[in-house]
Amino acid sequence: MTTATRTQDDQGTTTRGADEAMRQDVVRVLSADGELVSDAPELDEALVVELYRAMSRARACDSRAAALREEGRIGAYLGAPGEEATTIGSALALRDDDWVFPGLREHTVSLARGASVETFFHHLFGNALDPAKGRQMPGGFTARSLRIASASAPIGTQLTHAVGLAWAARIRKDDVVALAHFGERATSSGPFHDAMNFAGVFKTPAVLLCRNTGWPQASSSETLTDTFAEKGIAYGVPGVRCDGNDPLAVLRVVEHAVARAARGEGATLIEALAHPLDGPEGERLDPLVRLRNYLGLRGRWSDEAQAELDQSLRHEIEAAVLAASAAPAPPRTTMFDDVFATLPGHLRDQRDA
Amino acid sequence: MAQMNMVQAINDALRFEMQRDDRVVVLGEDVGKVGGVFRVTAGLFDAFGEDRVIDTPLSEGGIIGTAVGMALYGMRPVPEIQFSDFIFPAYDQIVSEIAKYRYRSGGQYGCPVVIRTPVGGGIRGGHYHSQSPESQFIHVAGLKVVCPATPEDAKGLLLASIRDEDPVMFFEPKRIYRAARGEVPEGDFTVEIGKARVVREGDHVTVITYGAMLYEALDAAAKAEAEGVDCEVIDLRTLWPLDVDAIVASVEKTGRVVVVHEAPKSCGLAAEIVALINEKAFLRLEAPPRRVTGFDTPFPYTLEMEYLPLSHRILPALVETARF
Repeated sequence: MTTATRTQDDQGTTTRGADEAMRQDVVRVLSADGELVSDAPELDEALVVELYRAMSRARACDSRAAALREEGRIGAYLGAPGEEATTIGSALALRDDDWVFPGLREHTVSLARGASVETFFHHLFGNALDPAKGRQMPGGFTARSLRIASASAPIGTQLTHAVGLAWAARIRKDDVVALAHFGERATSSGPFHDAMNFAGVFKTPAVLLCRNTGWPQASSSETLTDTFAEKGIAYGVPGVRCDGNDPLAVLRVVEHAVARAARGEGATLIEALAHPLDGPEGERLDPLVRLRNYLGLRGRWSDEAQAELDQSLRHEIEAAVLAASAAPAPPRTTMFDDVFATLPGHLRDQRDA
Repeated sequence: MAQMNMVQAINDALRFEMQRDDRVVVLGEDVGKVGGVFRVTAGLFDAFGEDRVIDTPLSEGGIIGTAVGMALYGMRPVPEIQFSDFIFPAYDQIVSEIAKYRYRSGGQYGCPVVIRTPVGGGIRGGHYHSQSPESQFIHVAGLKVVCPATPEDAKGLLLASIRDEDPVMFFEPKRIYRAARGEVPEGDFTVEIGKARVVREGDHVTVITYGAMLYEALDAAAKAEAEGVDCEVIDLRTLWPLDVDAIVASVEKTGRVVVVHEAPKSCGLAAEIVALINEKAFLRLEAPPRRVTGFDTPFPYTLEMEYLPLSHRILPALVETARF
């Protein structure tokens, strides 16, 4: 692991692009063509196949959700095609007892942690079978049993929650790590500073995973630093950069951060450099394509396997959409539930009026 | 029973509950080694250690935001905000996160955080050590709001708050931290959240108040008695959810009501109470409900005793309402 620092080479660099991910201090495992880079360790290929399947399921569900939004069948939806390497790669690096604090763009993490596709779509429709009872716009998938926190729209608030939960686990002497997802613009928010400072001071076993999709264009309006990872220096929290379109790099970097946290060495800030799918390099660096190429080169994936996967996902998703669109809305009276653990008099009056 | 002031009673409650329940942690600015700016947490650091009585960085958003994560994990965090005037950097965490967590998760999670914070004026602290922002936490769904006026209630309500499944804003009237003294039950003792207390019975005018202004209302009621006005004084104790039954029962008896609080007048809790009385006891009213409150100005330093609704401002309202 490297701690990001401003190096001599960076001085005067004014343009950033695909080369950025080639920098020495950016962890990569796969080349753009799906070849292993030279120093890559042995990989558990069964895990890589699982990762590919999980990312494919996330992409397919995400695309279908975006289409449902276009058709006006569900509410506002923040799709994240191309971000599967960070969302799903990090999920598979966590242990069962670890926790995830997603933002609204990372709700497909639920699929990788065991939520069914049908439940996922019940949530998107906000129907009576949504585990969150239709209380949140699409993207607020919540599953306590899977140790997935409830996302909200204010930016960055989940970072302090993750640090607090990790801190509590440390106080209780439990071997538990909490990971928070966020985009690079959240590094400008107050809670980012709070979370980093508390994580540093109390050495909480947290992993703060920043998906930087803004580079190269948007960063300059967000920060004056060359990287987001280097912000960790001020808090005594190591900052690590990885190729965010390389699922195996994300997997490895998060695994290292989780192991480090579990050893009692504290939090890690990860900056994953992620090209959006619709960006200039997006298609070439599509994490699904890279992983498929990797598996194909090793004889672990074929066109037949792909066709089979595509078909099974299509069926599973269409069945889920049918079920979710047929399910009823939550009854009106449920609007008054869960404001408090028990219904107080004023809400009873308003409900029954 | 032991004689205690409010600081001692709150300290006693924290100490008792931390001994009883190892999920309870206290965190905040200088709450540990120093024992808090008002000494409310004095001695707890030595008794329970740095993992349960935590000196945090100076960041209200960080204190409350991390307390959320602790509560989600199953702990019972009791963060202290040094003055409620400084709570606003944490306002987003309180109203958007703590207050909404149970609801937005469909009841999968609770967020039982008890935020202790001194409230109110009269200590020569100026605007930023004197405000009464309690109604700003009532208007957002999902928070219980408590404000004790006696050492006994402070202990009983704090223990009830920490054991509550929901988040509680626990406002401590700092002006009477040491001035309010009284008998406090030893050991385990709770006061139910949501129940007001009739502190003084009377037939002519109902006075509804809470916190430090209870003593001003009682003083005014005693002086009104000399003028032949018999006041019933109600200490709300819990500001949300309100004890509507207690309010309505008293107003139905007296037909006349004066609501007293330090917080600014407009959209303050008194406005809600008067609206409730109009809805539920309108035909029993014999006089227009009155409000005696702070003003819709920032809290002033030099003129703070002019700002506060002290006994001399309450008394004429009682007499005029009785004689209307």
